[in-house]
Amino acid sequence: MTSTLKISGLAYAYPDGYQALFGVDLDIQRGERVALLGPNGAGKTTLVLHLNGILAGGVGSVEVAGLTVEKENFQEIRRRVGIVFQDPDDQLFMPTVHDDIAFGPANMGVTGDELEARVSEALDLVGMAEFSDRPPHHLSFGQRRRVAVATVLAMRPEILVLDEPSSNLDPASRRELADILRGLDITMLMVTHDLPYALELCPRAVILSGGVIVADGVTRDIMMDDVLMKENRLELPYGFDPRNVPA
Amino acid sequence: MPSPHQHGHDAGERLFVHRHTRIHSLPAEVKVVAMVAFIFTVIATPIEQFWAFGVYALMLIAVAAVARIPATVILPRMLVEVPFVLFALLMPFFGTGATVNVFGVTLYQAGLLAGWGILIKGTLGVVCSILLAATTPARDLLLGLERLKVPQLIVQITSFMLRYTHVVGDEMNRMRVARESRGFHATGIGSWPVIARSAGALFIRSYERGERVHLAMLSRGYTGRLPELTPYTTTSADWTTAMVLPAAGLLIALTAWWIQK
Ligand SMILES: Nc1ncnc2c1ncn2[C@@H]1O[C@H](COP(=O)(O)OP(=O)(O)OP(=O)(O)O)[C@@H](O)[C@H]1O
Ligand SMILES: [Mg+2]
Repeated sequence: MTSTLKISGLAYAYPDGYQALFGVDLDIQRGERVALLGPNGAGKTTLVLHLNGILAGGVGSVEVAGLTVEKENFQEIRRRVGIVFQDPDDQLFMPTVHDDIAFGPANMGVTGDELEARVSEALDLVGMAEFSDRPPHHLSFGQRRRVAVATVLAMRPEILVLDEPSSNLDPASRRELADILRGLDITMLMVTHDLPYALELCPRAVILSGGVIVADGVTRDIMMDDVLMKENRLELPYGFDPRNVPA
Repeated sequence: MPSPHQHGHDAGERLFVHRHTRIHSLPAEVKVVAMVAFIFTVIATPIEQFWAFGVYALMLIAVAAVARIPATVILPRMLVEVPFVLFALLMPFFGTGATVNVFGVTLYQAGLLAGWGILIKGTLGVVCSILLAATTPARDLLLGLERLKVPQLIVQITSFMLRYTHVVGDEMNRMRVARESRGFHATGIGSWPVIARSAGALFIRSYERGERVHLAMLSRGYTGRLPELTPYTTTSADWTTAMVLPAAGLLIALTAWWIQK
């Protein structure tokens, strides 16, 4: 069986010479939800941008459901990999929520009734159906984040990649988004600094630090390894103990 | 806006007045062609035939009425032509040849006529564009240009300008709030260096924002073409309807020339 995501020996230096990734290996199977943890500057966003070929040209390879990420396949790869960027304002640029969600599938050549079906399906998944005709920039931040997720879901990706999905959300919006994400039947890679969120949503976690994967295992086990956590500048919030969280 | 719908008020959508009329429903490229053709007939009309321009004006008023665009929308927007009006008003004061005396001021006849020509033709053209913008969402207009085979690059640049105007505007506003929260008030020339530095920062930030937006677009399969989200087919009925305006204009222009001879 082919992995949904297979990264082998990925190394990358930015054009200014700064080496951000030093040989990353990661294998994600279909249906897994994986948290990508790591301190600021670890290279998480750099890694994410490799998943659909936005960044390329280093060493190593990335495969999505058996298809190598390379220029000839970009269009198919971008359908298969749905990236939700950290700032929804970067993602939402069309005049209405509806048009923004339609943008991705329309780029893939979906038209007519099928396109409408995709849009309403994605809106329903994130519970934003009644906002279809609103301009995105008039929505609350939490609503915009949900629409950003919908823009990607409408492309029916093989893997959903989220860069800091819980950042800047109030506790209620944060929980609502968690409910939505948990309800999705999709492979997921979630970059986050929100460790309780990772524990809640992702059975598996990997730690990226200094451009390499330094740990890969069950999220709860990783969070209970105090030495490992400390070495990688990962700190649980005050009073939070993964032992007390029901499995 | 007396409309039950919620609509965007981006830079690109600000000019659009939402209504459900036959003119609103015409495909953008049909309207563009009709408008350009009409403007050409107006320009081709000899300026001595004053009545013809009266008829043109009435025709545009009729279009506005059908599209239910009120004068309160059109008139303020006509302010964009003020610089041209000033120019046109100056023309009768300069020139050679025959002169007329108006309230003791000597005006040149040729200049008077030329000024009137610029004024009326310019005004009709401006009203035309206002009507087009008020009845066509900016995005449809771009798609229309694309269908008319206007080079992709121009269409793209225009569409990005439309999109980023509100992003940059927001950014500018946040920076102003941040400045003023720290006690800065723009007063006189002394505040210019601060404003200039803000402008520099704004440029960098907008540029980087633009880059991130572009990345996010690429991630959703953007290949340099705006996809058509609500595909429409242009029917011959659309063309017939839209061409009523330039056809009538052509008739007037030909009549005007015939009388002129
Ligand atoms: N365009 C760039 N040019 C040069 N270096 C860069 C560029 N973008 C990022 N870097 C560097 O690469 C390293 C990894 O950056 P990256 O954004 O991937 O980190 P991250 O793990 O996403 O951090 P954070 O948690 O703060 O989002 C950082 O040291 C950063 O300074
Ligand atoms: Mg990052």
